[in-house]
Amino acid sequence: MADTDTRYTRDHEWIRLDGDIATIGITDHAQEALGDVVFIELPALERMVEAGEACAVVESVKAASDIYAPLAGKVVETNEAIVDEPALVNSDAMGEGWFFRIEIDDTEAFNALLDEAAYTEFLETL
Amino acid sequence: MEARPLVQNALPDDPTPPTLLTTPLDAWHRAHGARMVGFAGYAMPVQYDFTDALATRCRGGVLAEHLHCRAQAALFDVSHMGQATLEGTAAVAALEALVPGDIAALKPGRQRYTLLTNEAGGIIDDLMVATLEPGRLFLVVNASRKDDDFRHIEAALPAGVTLTPHPERALLALQGPRATEVLGRLCPAAATLPFMGVAHALVRGIPCLLSRSGYTGEDGFEISVPAERAVDLATLLVEQPEIVPAGLGARDSLRLEAGLCLYGNDIDELTSPVEAGLTWVIGKRRKIAWDFPGALVVRDQLDNGAPRVRVGIRPEGRAPARAGTTIAAADGTEAGVVTSGGFSPTLNAPIAMGYVRRDLAADGTALALLVRGKSLPAAVVPMPFVPHRYAR
Repeated sequence: MADTDTRYTRDHEWIRLDGDIATIGITDHAQEALGDVVFIELPALERMVEAGEACAVVESVKAASDIYAPLAGKVVETNEAIVDEPALVNSDAMGEGWFFRIEIDDTEAFNALLDEAAYTEFLETL
Repeated sequence: MEARPLVQNALPDDPTPPTLLTTPLDAWHRAHGARMVGFAGYAMPVQYDFTDALATRCRGGVLAEHLHCRAQAALFDVSHMGQATLEGTAAVAALEALVPGDIAALKPGRQRYTLLTNEAGGIIDDLMVATLEPGRLFLVVNASRKDDDFRHIEAALPAGVTLTPHPERALLALQGPRATEVLGRLCPAAATLPFMGVAHALVRGIPCLLSRSGYTGEDGFEISVPAERAVDLATLLVEQPEIVPAGLGARDSLRLEAGLCLYGNDIDELTSPVEAGLTWVIGKRRKIAWDFPGALVVRDQLDNGAPRVRVGIRPEGRAPARAGTTIAAADGTEAGVVTSGGFSPTLNAPIAMGYVRRDLAADGTALALLVRGKSLPAAVVPMPFVPHRYAR
């Protein structure tokens, strides 16, 4: 994957861009707050998503939470590894615990997302 | 559907909001890395982030605390629950007027599970009652119901019988296969207390009321102690290398695996003991006299069948089905609703409890669970999901 910086959303997702393919996961802060992840539901391949649309579900022992597409585009890949082993999201949320990849329409929208400094600052307000 | 955010803010590290009550172990929990949430009006630990010595025993979190309980033993703070003494020569009769159990036959030093029922045959609460000595009963009721329960009992008391709540006492639960070994080390009387026995004993000099029972399906004890000694007792227990504290998250997943009801979810004022599968609490003598609130409704349901039945449910896939999930029969007709559901750490699979039409209650019956707009296959299974290991 090409070297791009990581961007974030206030919904605690991270995004890395390689060309027009965005890889999305949940942040380390999110996995820690969630607790033990026990079930993941990923979007169907080829699904078109809007920015802000709920498209995946992550469940901890206690509750289910929605994951939102941070950018509009088409779902082109999903990480079956986390479906088979949900604990991977806890152990490596920022890496191997990625959720899905979207082929995005608008790379400018990526630049508009929070950078690491802004996300860190956001976390401090919580 | 309402958006469910990923990060839900529980209670921050700083002081508990003044609207929430605290148990005597509040500071102790926080010092041990507890994540606190509001429950039944109290700030309670839902799970812990352990450090130092405790982290070498267990990494913390609901899953690890749950598994540690079943592998060794865990300590739960249940001081939010209601403890009370019912006293007077007519105490037994007074309680029997409110519950279907045979309280007269409950010998000193013995305890049993029973239900406060209402005239419609519904359940006001489930509780433990122990006979400390003739004319003195000890009750433990649910936190969410204690005010209602005590008011209900008070209103029904004849002259000469008093109900004394004990907000000045804490309640700790030590549960797991190592519980007796550990408590026996600190209190020899604990090792010989029979299952469902009750006794006053000193635990390294701390005066306690022990009962050999619990809410996990494991061997273990519930320990009532003066509030001002709770920290000493909890500290002493957690000094034992087998023990870690565990929160309400693990408590809920443990009781669900054990097939035990949670008041408010699986039983409530609109649920009868027959539907809930709890008719075993009705004493033999009481089934002849039919002299408890709602007895005629219960009798009718026993004779003619209840319209719905509480069953265990195993989703076929990995998706949990939570409380409130609609259940359909294999033919698509309405079958019932899930009343408790989650993930079983022991089975590494989702489990649920719910009510279904009587004709769909047989083990193996195919069901469909409506989760996020999809129909997921499931089956009725026997409970408990994980075998009980009481010291019988």
